[in-house]
Amino acid sequence: MTTEELKQVMTDLLPSSTFDETGEFLNVIIPSEELLPVMKTLRNREDLFFDYLFCLTCVDWKDHLMMVYFLNSRTHNHTIVIKAKITDTINPQIESLFSIWPTAELNEDEVFDLFGVKFLNHPNLRRLFLEEDWVGYPLRKNYEDEHMIEL
Amino acid sequence: MLFEPDHYNEEGEFVVNMGPQHPSTHGVLRLKVWLDGETIKKVEPHLGYIHRSIEKMTESLSYRQFIYVTSRMDYLSAHINNQVCALVVEKALQVEVPARAQAIRVILAELTRISSHLLWFASIGLDLGGVTPFFYAFREREAINSLMDENCGARLTQNFMVPGGIMKDVLPNFQQRVKEVLKQFKDNYHEYDEILTGNVIFQNRLKGVGILTKEDAIAFGCTGPTARASGLNCDIRKLYPYDGYEKLQFDEITSTGGDCWARYEVRMAEMKQSVKIIEQLIDNIPEGEIVGNTKKVIKLPKGEFYQRVETARGELGVYIVSDGGTTPYRCKYRSPNFANLSAIPHIARGHKIGDLISIMATIDLIIPDIDR
Repeated sequence: MTTEELKQVMTDLLPSSTFDETGEFLNVIIPSEELLPVMKTLRNREDLFFDYLFCLTCVDWKDHLMMVYFLNSRTHNHTIVIKAKITDTINPQIESLFSIWPTAELNEDEVFDLFGVKFLNHPNLRRLFLEEDWVGYPLRKNYEDEHMIEL
Repeated sequence: MLFEPDHYNEEGEFVVNMGPQHPSTHGVLRLKVWLDGETIKKVEPHLGYIHRSIEKMTESLSYRQFIYVTSRMDYLSAHINNQVCALVVEKALQVEVPARAQAIRVILAELTRISSHLLWFASIGLDLGGVTPFFYAFREREAINSLMDENCGARLTQNFMVPGGIMKDVLPNFQQRVKEVLKQFKDNYHEYDEILTGNVIFQNRLKGVGILTKEDAIAFGCTGPTARASGLNCDIRKLYPYDGYEKLQFDEITSTGGDCWARYEVRMAEMKQSVKIIEQLIDNIPEGEIVGNTKKVIKLPKGEFYQRVETARGELGVYIVSDGGTTPYRCKYRSPNFANLSAIPHIARGHKIGDLISIMATIDLIIPDIDR
């Protein structure tokens, strides 16, 4: 599918989604509550069939957190970037995608560890890299710790 | 000690830690393994022993500096890791890379790939109980490392890339030295087959062990030789060519077995393809500039950039969010080993604990790349 067709599909699927075409791929911004049903459709519909989640990460924009999912279809060879906006930065939470793509498990652990986003229905949410009692989430922009040196 | 009740959980399973200092994990990876007798019930990776938060570090480094931190991620593919960072900056600035720089980049990248696969060949022999392959492989690897040392100034972390090209021109005897290295590799390659590939004990340790189906490879996000052994066409050099790979003739090696033996065969054949690529280029290195036109202080335009390359272990992606400043706002490395690791708990289930060593040896994990 071309970018235009994907855009049309996403508008039909979720009228509240907004688009951003500055990058190489089509970026679709959706509210975080709608994530799971949208992703299920993207994975399972025959003409879309995004079976390959190749990058999952999060960006801290200070007033909100943006989950970024890079999806590719091995059969149709089209790529889309889904961004889920989490407005609650104090207690951020979003649905886990482990049930759709198993690769999400460790990636979501990483995001939980470094950004503090809580994933609902995740099979084993834990701090992946840092110790269990580590205070704060290092990749958040407001993170501070006593060992940080100002250059 | 074995029969102390503390070591069993409620279901009578025996829980052991493999690593962080187990020799076959090639670094500080801890796998928590639940065993029923010798059969693996469940595997859980515990990471973070070499976590340096490279992504956080990158947020305070300039676009000329952040390239060199990535050498310490997958240290066996250091040159290719540098390449992805240089490429993402070039893509964002739309800088044209001179043909000479591209050719030298590709030659060094393929030498890196051979040297990385040679180290894997050495260590798979060690893991499965043979010491001799280690010495065979290190003989050729030493020649490649010396060549890197002469031209780049370092044996392992070459740091030879700059945005727009390469740091300095290669030595006048570069072509002759590369040919010597390739000749030594080709003359000695048959010894690898004789000592390991044809060995029945070795074959039995790998055949039918740790089968990863094509569907699972996609679902777990596996890439590189691990996924190609399951029949997935995922070579980034073919799918999304960069630095002139589209002009070169080489085959994407795939296999349909999906087991440890298929992964072994794919890697062994890939080394030959790398030799083929270098041979096409070595006599045809174009003359001219080695670095494109870039400013001293690089500022990326506001936006998001994604670039990927094929390292020795799979698809390495870099995702940069720029706010228009001199440092990245956010930088994420999509590392091949991190995705390949997530397949291990799935494919190891039901195997004996000895087979877990075969599986880990053929998936070829580099731990600093997982922890970053």
